[in-house]
Amino acid sequence: MKLAVQLYARARELAGQDHVELDLDEPVLVGDVRQALASTVPDLAPLAPGLLIAVGTDYADDGIVVSDGKTVACFPPVSGG
Amino acid sequence: MIQLTHDPIDTQQLTESVRDNAAGAIVVFLGTVRELTDGRRTLALDYEAYPEMAEAKLEELVETACQRWPVTRWGIVHRLGHLALGDVSVAVAVSCPHRDAAFEAGRFLIDTLKEIVPIWKKENFSDGSTEWVHPGLDSKTENPLTG
Repeated sequence: MKLAVQLYARARELAGQDHVELDLDEPVLVGDVRQALASTVPDLAPLAPGLLIAVGTDYADDGIVVSDGKTVACFPPVSGG
Repeated sequence: MIQLTHDPIDTQQLTESVRDNAAGAIVVFLGTVRELTDGRRTLALDYEAYPEMAEAKLEELVETACQRWPVTRWGIVHRLGHLALGDVSVAVAVSCPHRDAAFEAGRFLIDTLKEIVPIWKKENFSDGSTEWVHPGLDSKTENPLTG
């Protein structure tokens, strides 16, 4: 399954791009996305354990299945306000 | 009203938007750009959001607040982009029949916004360095980064 993961804040800056294209075997779990991001973009690897992943507009734990067509985003802890 | 904007926040207009004859109290919280943090001098902050998710999470927060307190009207505006010292970065306004509920609902909205809404700030320090603010991240990394 091809997946474009949107990146924000320090994750976007470290990757040098606002999204990363991944090609993963189904079923795809959020934890698989986390691992693939770390291996595809080595600069993200040190941060990977602390990155948050959202499927659609909801936060998703590593055990959640990512269905085809869903928007996936990855970013560090938030600091709005 | 929920709004993400690159323009200065009109706090007077936001306050007026929550006035209602059913309400006896309006609480407005403004977050502003602070100069000193842990002894370091800030010149400016840059704010970035994941807009679709930020708006969805703000809607959820408001829904929860309205279930817990008798909120008459509400409005949340968060600014994005480059902000100078003293600029208003976020404004939360709630009106309720009585002040206790207005204070509690307003506090819940700003506290929870800071915890879960996907918006980030980047510090521009006076020594020329910049640094994203990601609470707790470095303690979870294998090789902490400082920049």
